Amino acid sequence: MKLLKVVPDDTNIDFLKWRGWAFAISLLLMAASVGLVATKGLNFGVDFIGGQMIRATFTQSATAPVAELRETVGGLGYGDPTIQRFGAENQVSIRMKLPEGADKNPELANAMAEKITSKLKADHPDVRIDGVDSVSGKVSEELFSKGILALLAAMAGVSIYIWFRFEWQFGVGAIWSLLHDVTLTFGLFAITGWEFDLNIIAALLTIIGYSLNDTVVVYDRIRENLMKFRKMEMASLLNLSVNETLSRTVMTSVSISLPLIVLVLFGPDVIFGFSMAMAFGIVVGTYSSIYQAAPILIWLKVGSHSFVPTDEGTGSKAERIGADFGAQP
Amino acid sequence: MLDFPRWRVWMLNILIIVGVAFAIPSLLPTSMRAQLAQFVPTPTINLGLDLAGGSHILLEADTSQLAEARLEALEDSVRTALRRTDPQIAIADVSRSEGKLSFNVTDMSKVDAAREVILPLISNAMGARDWDLGVNNGNRIVLSPVSSGDETALDQAMDTAKDVIDRRINALGTLEPTIIRQGENRIVVQVPGLEDPEALKALIGKTAKLEFKLVDEQADPDQTAQGKARVGSQVLPYPDNPTGLPYIAVRRLGGISGDKLVKADPTFDQQTNEPAVTIQFDSEGGQRFARMTQQNVNKLFAIVLDGQVISAPQIREPIFGGVSQISGSFTTESANALSISLRSGALPVDLTIVEERSVGPDLGADSIRRGILAAVIGTTAILVLMFLVYGRFGMYANFALIINVGLILGVMAFANATLTLPGIAGFVLTIGAAVDANVLINERIREELKRGRRVVQAIEFGYKEASRAIFDANSTNVIAAVLLFIFGSGPIRGFAVVLMIGIVTSVFTAVTITRMWVSHWVKNTRPTELTI
Repeated sequence: MKLLKVVPDDTNIDFLKWRGWAFAISLLLMAASVGLVATKGLNFGVDFIGGQMIRATFTQSATAPVAELRETVGGLGYGDPTIQRFGAENQVSIRMKLPEGADKNPELANAMAEKITSKLKADHPDVRIDGVDSVSGKVSEELFSKGILALLAAMAGVSIYIWFRFEWQFGVGAIWSLLHDVTLTFGLFAITGWEFDLNIIAALLTIIGYSLNDTVVVYDRIRENLMKFRKMEMASLLNLSVNETLSRTVMTSVSISLPLIVLVLFGPDVIFGFSMAMAFGIVVGTYSSIYQAAPILIWLKVGSHSFVPTDEGTGSKAERIGADFGAQP
Repeated sequence: MLDFPRWRVWMLNILIIVGVAFAIPSLLPTSMRAQLAQFVPTPTINLGLDLAGGSHILLEADTSQLAEARLEALEDSVRTALRRTDPQIAIADVSRSEGKLSFNVTDMSKVDAAREVILPLISNAMGARDWDLGVNNGNRIVLSPVSSGDETALDQAMDTAKDVIDRRINALGTLEPTIIRQGENRIVVQVPGLEDPEALKALIGKTAKLEFKLVDEQADPDQTAQGKARVGSQVLPYPDNPTGLPYIAVRRLGGISGDKLVKADPTFDQQTNEPAVTIQFDSEGGQRFARMTQQNVNKLFAIVLDGQVISAPQIREPIFGGVSQISGSFTTESANALSISLRSGALPVDLTIVEERSVGPDLGADSIRRGILAAVIGTTAILVLMFLVYGRFGMYANFALIINVGLILGVMAFANATLTLPGIAGFVLTIGAAVDANVLINERIREELKRGRRVVQAIEFGYKEASRAIFDANSTNVIAAVLLFIFGSGPIRGFAVVLMIGIVTSVFTAVTITRMWVSHWVKNTRPTELTI
């Protein structure tokens, strides 16, 4: 049987040739992302800013009457709602600030939800209320700070791990490429205005995990080649390592993208943003392992001297742990 | 390293069978599961509220109010104890401020005696102090709270509150609530399948503190209207006051609290035929109630619920036997709700709803259907791709992947874990990670073959060299998942759980199990050529 080759044998693309350009473009995109988040801001869900979100489906309509809803719900005297379609055209989320004093008296929030849902039901008999979320200011502040803390902790945690298993330069490279991926994902959410909620934090953490996975595979090969070809010039060595792992990189990215694409297309609408974030993260994460994590090693002056294969050296220690793990008797 | 002793093969096979067997009950329809449960235990995966539909309510205790209540109770017990001392120790200038209770002992020479009386009141059962006692200016005793005392009090109050909520929800019938304490001062209530949580919220949000207080009949109505009361009295809201004034003045002391009830039932008032609640005190409460009514015949007493007067009837005759009736403007439902609340006891602290989420069952069912559809299509696509690219070794990876799915479900069922919507996404991601391990191994085998190694050697090298990267990559994922679990909340934790379980089972199936099959194939066929 003839097997499919995702990457032809003996591929030798000079990836590192464009490292300067790639770095410049990445820096530009990162700056743009930071700028967008600072000026346009993120469309935070009730998880992070507090308030009430009502999700509703207009079961008999093709599209939800967003403009009309904005008018009727806005006319109830609770301030202007934020109304968005999500997923299917006939599903909306209606977000409101909690009424004054609701922190002390939840009855007020209940009354608001009650009023909005009964108005919806009166105007549109086909409406189905899918859920109501009420989050107080106090809880949302906590969720937000906890989410940011989780992100920072994860980035720091895995970078420290890389530093221990490889060398400090690799740790720096890893944290830089993670920062790159996370920043661009923030930029994506700022520019599209997709709702940024707790699920997106989960997606970001997954992206961190995946991007790092990819970086580790490339780094592992770099380390191996550094010990094997002690005289090779660094740029060529990085190119060799990236090319050698290219077929795996493509294969894995495709495999992980497949279910994600399916999730975006057919998955539950509630996690549309989540799936999109992950799909985006896979692409960016793969790119950053090749164009961010690898070239940084040149700039940080990694060379064959970094892994002198002595019995006490980090490199051989890593080798030993890996080997033990793989070769259980 | 391709050597697999027979005992190891057996062990692995048993592990797979047992693991996957645990997944079976979760995959069966409910009716079949019930039948199966008669013969064997059937641990199943719980569905999170986002999938099953239901309500999630997060309640937070008002700690300042708890401190205030403790201070009030302390004042009460100190006053009573000093009054009962023989001879009585007179005190004056009592004040409660900044969480401290302070007062003057009128007779300087009795300060030490007062201290002796108070000390047992402020020590807890463990012998530690709940309050610090200090004396200022020779005769002013100051009692200030000890922080450990506050913590213990909060801890006990939260435990009690949790029990009370549990009793109240159980009184509603067939719901299967999960009630857990979270952090220092919060309680999470989750009720699957409950779409409209209004009744539930009305029930658990109520403190249900019942008090009987004497009405201050000498109070000036104009003063009361302005919220001003005479010394020793206080003004309480009374929405149904027949005089039309929504306030009433009551005496602070001389009342009794209604926390000593043995029964509370909804009923109808004999005369007006309106809904009411009958209560029955325990013997101690009954005696106190009898004493109070006996001493105050013909006076008005206010029935106070959570700081609000619901009615203020006249005591026509002493009430012995401890049975009383509370009437106010009740509906049948509110009378029923009140009797449930009273029966289950008062909440020791005021609880406020700080977060509430409800998901309709239709949306949940839709999410499950589409989530599973996505998982099935995604997995199938991967299976096809793996076969096309790696042939025989791709099939090994595919079987390992299917076993992996079974194992994840099995472990989740065994651990009684909860599957949430992000959990399904975590599932999808885990499958990707499992494939990655096999991709790494197979690519490495391919490379080694290209370098001219013989088949068996190439396979050995492939597993050995790829393992290092697999180990590092999965370790970092575990780190991320653990941090996610620690810092995440709600459904995110569901995601982290699936990820953690998935990483372990993925490495197990993708590395160990495929190696077992490969070694079996190598041993039996002694291949000299390999298409990969």
